[in-house]
Amino acid sequence: METVFFFFFGALALASAISVVAQRRVFYSALSLIICLFAVGALYLVLEAPFIAAIQVIVYAGAIMVLFLFVIMLLDPFSKTVLRDKRKSLTYLAAILGLGILVLLVPILQAYDPAKTPRSEGIGDAGTGSVRHLGEVLFDQYLIPFEVTSVLILIAIIGVVVLAKRPKRHPEKN
Amino acid sequence: MELIHYLILSMLLFVVGAVGFIVKKNVISVFLCLELMLNAVNLSFVAFASHLNQVHGQIFVFFVMVVAAAEAAVGLAITMVLFRNRNTLNVDDADTMKW
Repeated sequence: METVFFFFFGALALASAISVVAQRRVFYSALSLIICLFAVGALYLVLEAPFIAAIQVIVYAGAIMVLFLFVIMLLDPFSKTVLRDKRKSLTYLAAILGLGILVLLVPILQAYDPAKTPRSEGIGDAGTGSVRHLGEVLFDQYLIPFEVTSVLILIAIIGVVVLAKRPKRHPEKN
Repeated sequence: MELIHYLILSMLLFVVGAVGFIVKKNVISVFLCLELMLNAVNLSFVAFASHLNQVHGQIFVFFVMVVAAAEAAVGLAITMVLFRNRNTLNVDDADTMKW
């Protein structure tokens, strides 16, 4: 059953990821990315990480993608044409880079040996994905990174407000 | 399913995102491909966490999501400023830092 889920959602994630790149309209790209995020969220459930799966759907596919769609609908209808790549050089560069990453990563994966990476015993019966255990580790061992995260969010909020604020026009420039 | 299958899927998603990052012309499309790459890395984090039976990988995914949210907010604000000043979304038109 796990295998069926993996191949179904894996194929869905990959197909929608290719669709993100292949679509010519940004709006359809964003919708494809939402499908991709949902599929990966389902894979998190298969991997016994229900909290991360919930966060993935609520924060990523919900909040962040709504932000993207909001900006797309604010801007995209006014952009003159569908942007297409006229230069071939970037396509060749992308193909070379993609093949390069594959060439670099495939030997690493080929060196994978299940016997050498044993499952560590460890956390206990509650399972790695239980929210309680996750919270205990997050608020104990990772407390300072967690607090720094809130500072990061604050900086992002201030930065966005400063950037998005419409500047006062100087009379001499008009 | 073994760890290796998730890693292969993660690798393929990352490569698709990286290729799109270079090919795309629209700033927002470039952002979407960036999110795709972050997502691929998150998948491998969770796969390792599940395989090693440890929770640390999931906490890293948590932090990556927070940074992705901050990055998306700031990036989209920059996109709006770019559109307001240059009336374009093409990445090639944003070639000067100040004018």
